[in-house]
Amino acid sequence: MSAVSAVQWDEAYNFAYLDEQTKRMIRRTILKAIAIPGYQVPFGGREMPLAYGWGTGGVQVTASVIGPDDTLKVIDQGADDTTNAVSIRRFFERVAGVETTETTEDADIIQTRHRIPEFPLREGQVLVYQVPQPEPLRKLEPRETETRKMHGYAEYGLMSVRLYEDIARYGHIATTYSYPVMVNGRYLMSPSPIPKFDNPKMENNPAIQLFGAGREKRIYAIPPYTQVKSLDFDDHPFKVQTWKECCALCGAKSSYLDEVILDDRGGRMFVCSDTNFCEDRRAKGHTGPLGADPAALAFAHKEPAQ
Amino acid sequence: MYVAVKGGEKAILNSHKLIAETRRGNSERPEITIEQIADQLGLSVDRVMAEGSLYDRGLAALAVKQAQGDLVEAIFLLRAYRTTLPRFAMSEPIDTAKMLVQRRVSAAYKDIPGGQVLGPTYDYTHRLLDFALAAEGGVGMPEAPVADEALDDGMPHVADLLDYEDLIEPDLPDPDQPEAFDLTREPMSCPAERDQRLQNLARGDEGFVLALAYSTQRGYGGNHPFAGEIRMGEVAVEIVPEELGFAIDIGDMVVTECHMINQFEGSADRPPQFTRGYGLTYGHNERKAMAMALVDRALRAREFGEVAKYPAQDEEFVLYHADNVEAAGFVSHLKLPHYVDFQAELSLIRQLRAEYEDRQQKDAAQ
Repeated sequence: MSAVSAVQWDEAYNFAYLDEQTKRMIRRTILKAIAIPGYQVPFGGREMPLAYGWGTGGVQVTASVIGPDDTLKVIDQGADDTTNAVSIRRFFERVAGVETTETTEDADIIQTRHRIPEFPLREGQVLVYQVPQPEPLRKLEPRETETRKMHGYAEYGLMSVRLYEDIARYGHIATTYSYPVMVNGRYLMSPSPIPKFDNPKMENNPAIQLFGAGREKRIYAIPPYTQVKSLDFDDHPFKVQTWKECCALCGAKSSYLDEVILDDRGGRMFVCSDTNFCEDRRAKGHTGPLGADPAALAFAHKEPAQ
Repeated sequence: MYVAVKGGEKAILNSHKLIAETRRGNSERPEITIEQIADQLGLSVDRVMAEGSLYDRGLAALAVKQAQGDLVEAIFLLRAYRTTLPRFAMSEPIDTAKMLVQRRVSAAYKDIPGGQVLGPTYDYTHRLLDFALAAEGGVGMPEAPVADEALDDGMPHVADLLDYEDLIEPDLPDPDQPEAFDLTREPMSCPAERDQRLQNLARGDEGFVLALAYSTQRGYGGNHPFAGEIRMGEVAVEIVPEELGFAIDIGDMVVTECHMINQFEGSADRPPQFTRGYGLTYGHNERKAMAMALVDRALRAREFGEVAKYPAQDEEFVLYHADNVEAAGFVSHLKLPHYVDFQAELSLIRQLRAEYEDRQQKDAAQ
């Protein structure tokens, strides 16, 4: 830890934008959230210079836990170069002057939307999720006054019925993302809209997982090494997505793949959604079936949209 | 060939340059100034201050300019700036009975102590486009005549006149709750008390509150309102600094206030009585203040033992959806990439289709 000699950020604003009182309030909320894994703690969320629904909860959590010596990584859809990830990274470069990275291993704080990185996280890292709707029961019961009671009484039968109805209609559970989890055997929790592929990574994770919902003004958390079970039934165990294809660029067979349309005649390729994971593999010499294709490479080299 | 969907930093920067250029418009014409917006688009500025929860004409005018006149975007800019401001003190409650009235009308009485004051209003203009405003030289410097005598100092609230006869419910502060709820510091919590509801409505979207108010008039939870009084003018804002121990005036602000008087047939433990609906906004905005007063009364259904069965009476529905910064943000977030989740749904629908076709084939074979 080196001392910060001079102010490195936009001096028109306090370090990391929020004033110290607000950060303290949010840190108290985070401590409570960590003490009660999976429980949604209400907090006095502030208006941020980012639209609601675009990561204001995650940004407030990151702003409250980040220090001048921390290194930040921001991903959206698993990628470091998606527009909103770029925008949030630029925001923290401006208001906090922190180092940023695309390398999962090098980051102290990773703010994410819709994915958990493919590389395993380690102790000391903080994963901050952006959460549009913190209430896993909201689509079943629109009233907050009701859902708070349901959590209070651990009255989660409604969710089991919903999953059962899927099985009755389709023969299997038809939820593919925001797949509900039970945390520490007590609170039903929304994992945020990550694909169910990522759900198993939440359990027993050495990193601290913090969830910020700005518009709904809720923060919740999973402390390191916590039990996180995806809901299922004995005769219909939880399963994650699989692909017949491997990544067209790096040949990975175990990562989450995005489908990229190549032409208007049904041509498509599948590539890793985690760009850092894919680049790392290619740097180590792994290559996929389109690893030498100029169009596919143009995609990999991130030709910026104009 | 496909175009890369991932926009880099350069694309974002170029986009910023493009909006700056578009905002400036035709460079042969002079750039509009903040002062011009504050003076000549005053009602836009009023709305931005009200829903932005920040009384500062200059900053609101800047927000209007920066947002190219998009008021919801301007409100958002002002709210985000508001977050960075320290709080020096809590003001004393403003006293609208002592307002320096510019306009004050009552639809409940023909004449009232202090008189009806029409003031500046579009109500009786014919809505004919005024081409004089489009003329090259503009309209010059129009001047309104000054009244022969000054307005009365005493302008009691009309609703309070009914109070003397005990015909309207008393309007007293809640002794159990000396401090008002502050929605800008605490998250919404339901069931909400009236202070939280009023604060939510005051900064709520004008269009949303207006539509809800209109729905109560068309039978979706109506209470037969009368516009007891609408007044607009300047009020003093006072704070009590700890080191002084007495109130000092820190400035004036223009507000619009509406008292609606509503029928109430009485219940087992309350006599038949008029009830109140209240609206208050920064600046001059009667449409919003009146709509707010109607919705305030509709939301008091629980208090009067009325069955809350319509949207305007449904507290969670109204309070959670009134804020246009929240609403606009969440609707517009659909523009963000969702391709991870879409991919998951794509795989699912392919699987469901395959299973469906299997079933069809089996059925056909039987």
